[in-house]
Amino acid sequence: MAESALTPTAGGIATAARLPGRPSFWQRLNVRGPLLAGVIGLALVILVAIFAPVLSPYDPIKQDLGAAFAAPLAPGHLLGTDNYGRDILSRIIYSTRLDLQIGFVSVLFPFIVGTLLGVVCGYFGGVVDTAVMRLVDVLIAIPFLVLVIAIMTLLGPGLRNLYIAVGVVGWITYARLSRGQTLITRDLEYVQAARTIGCTNSRIIFTHVLPNVIAPSLIYVFTGIVQAILVGATLSFLGLGPQPPTPEWGAMIAEGRQFLLQAWWMPTLPGFAVLIVGVFLSLIGDGLADRNR
Amino acid sequence: MGRAGYIRTRLILMVFVLFGVTVLIFGLIHLIPGDPAFLLLGERATEAKAAELRTQLGLDQPLPVQYWKFISGIPRGSFGMSLLYRQPVGDLVFRRIPVSVFVAVYAMLLAALITVPVSIYAATHRNKLGDQIVRVGFLLLFTTPGFWLGILLILLFSLKLRLFPVAGYGDTFPAHLRYLFLPSLTLALPLSAVLIRNLRGQILDTLRADYVRTARAKGIRERAVLTRHVLRNALVSTVTLFGLQFGNLVGGTIVVETIFAIPGMGQLIFQSITARDYPVVQAITLITAFFVIVVNLIVDLSYSFLDPRVTYG
Repeated sequence: MAESALTPTAGGIATAARLPGRPSFWQRLNVRGPLLAGVIGLALVILVAIFAPVLSPYDPIKQDLGAAFAAPLAPGHLLGTDNYGRDILSRIIYSTRLDLQIGFVSVLFPFIVGTLLGVVCGYFGGVVDTAVMRLVDVLIAIPFLVLVIAIMTLLGPGLRNLYIAVGVVGWITYARLSRGQTLITRDLEYVQAARTIGCTNSRIIFTHVLPNVIAPSLIYVFTGIVQAILVGATLSFLGLGPQPPTPEWGAMIAEGRQFLLQAWWMPTLPGFAVLIVGVFLSLIGDGLADRNR
Repeated sequence: MGRAGYIRTRLILMVFVLFGVTVLIFGLIHLIPGDPAFLLLGERATEAKAAELRTQLGLDQPLPVQYWKFISGIPRGSFGMSLLYRQPVGDLVFRRIPVSVFVAVYAMLLAALITVPVSIYAATHRNKLGDQIVRVGFLLLFTTPGFWLGILLILLFSLKLRLFPVAGYGDTFPAHLRYLFLPSLTLALPLSAVLIRNLRGQILDTLRADYVRTARAKGIRERAVLTRHVLRNALVSTVTLFGLQFGNLVGGTIVVETIFAIPGMGQLIFQSITARDYPVVQAITLITAFFVIVVNLIVDLSYSFLDPRVTYG
């Protein structure tokens, strides 16, 4: 856009455009529209998770059988109570902590391992690349949920095992994304130049290739978090997640399912929490993907 | 190499991938710490009881022997004995396959019936109100937990409106269609969300192509331009995506069959998992992998029907 600084205007008089100063941090970030909505939304959700003890009107696991099955908008219970008289709003607020943790932690290791593995495979090729890609062929032939559940069966329920189970399959997408990008990048001039001046392979990978191939993986992280939260909720719905009475959205939906006729709010309301968090994360992911185009 | 040669190569590759799946599943079950005998009997079982069970299950034999026993049975359709039901795994699994296939095919048909018209509408009404609603719709559906969607549908269509049964499978074909409508819709809606997003974009891209302008210039009716020229070309990428999503659809049957009490493979694998009936888990995993691979092969072959320029080399 350097030429446009002195373009003639409609009147035919050349005007010097305002010389742009160094763009501020916020200008360079350029977060607008749906992306901004997603970022603000996610920030609010994280605040809710941090301040759960302050925001929750009740103790999420304290039972009050006298107040069981209170409908939403009942006095003192905005979203009603469950079969043990526990306040549903408080339980939803508290499980934000757990579900965000599940989302972020289960993506962390697959992202790091998958991206690095993809870069190494794409950069070196050869036997390692072939071996990893054949492993990917085998892993994607087994439906994600089937494999995760099978691993959870063997390891037993619990949070740590959930991370392992999701991690065993989760790295594939990151590996494929970064491998594809690396295959393109490794033959570009600046990589060849780096090789010519004698950079070591690890230096080329970490300072030249990785920063240029990481964007698609980084964008996919947000989709990955949504999926991890959904898988986490599904596993606890099936009884393989965090054990009761720990408040968790999927587990709350599972418990509420038995009371579908008496208390429709028990299984329905926690689902909206999953939905809202998922939408914010998707807005961020889509927004970043649009910018990267 | 023509289509026949291509299919042959793919079938050979398929055998290798399935072989890999058996190694992976077998390895997972046998190499992960934890003794299956104690898993089955509970932590407090005596060592004598555990040893007895291990002999009974053949777990005291060397791993290669166990693996050979596992894979040599597969071509005969023999997957060992179920630990929970004490009957051959094959008998248990095979009569459930048609049920799950019915649900999956039904869901695929519903997804196609939703995806194609909605995508065409959204793409031809770009940025208008209808398009915006569709886009918000798929954003929401993309992040909806499948089991929650199923519960909402039961609540609305079965309990409030009483249009569909709450659970079960039915005895006749029309009954199957009625009983399995909500379960299939539960699977179809999130799938269509992913597909609509893709197809809408593909249609928009294709609409800009020169041959579309040519077709319009020739005076072909807009309807025919859309179905014959635009849709057919736009579908190639969506069909690929569908193949990739098929695994998720199969995974989703676990949840859906559990919620709607449908006697299919998904329900069985979940029961077997809870009961640690791993021969059944092994068998179902292998069978689902087989279906996923076959569907992806069919998807790859469908390109040449959608786009005659595609050849297999």
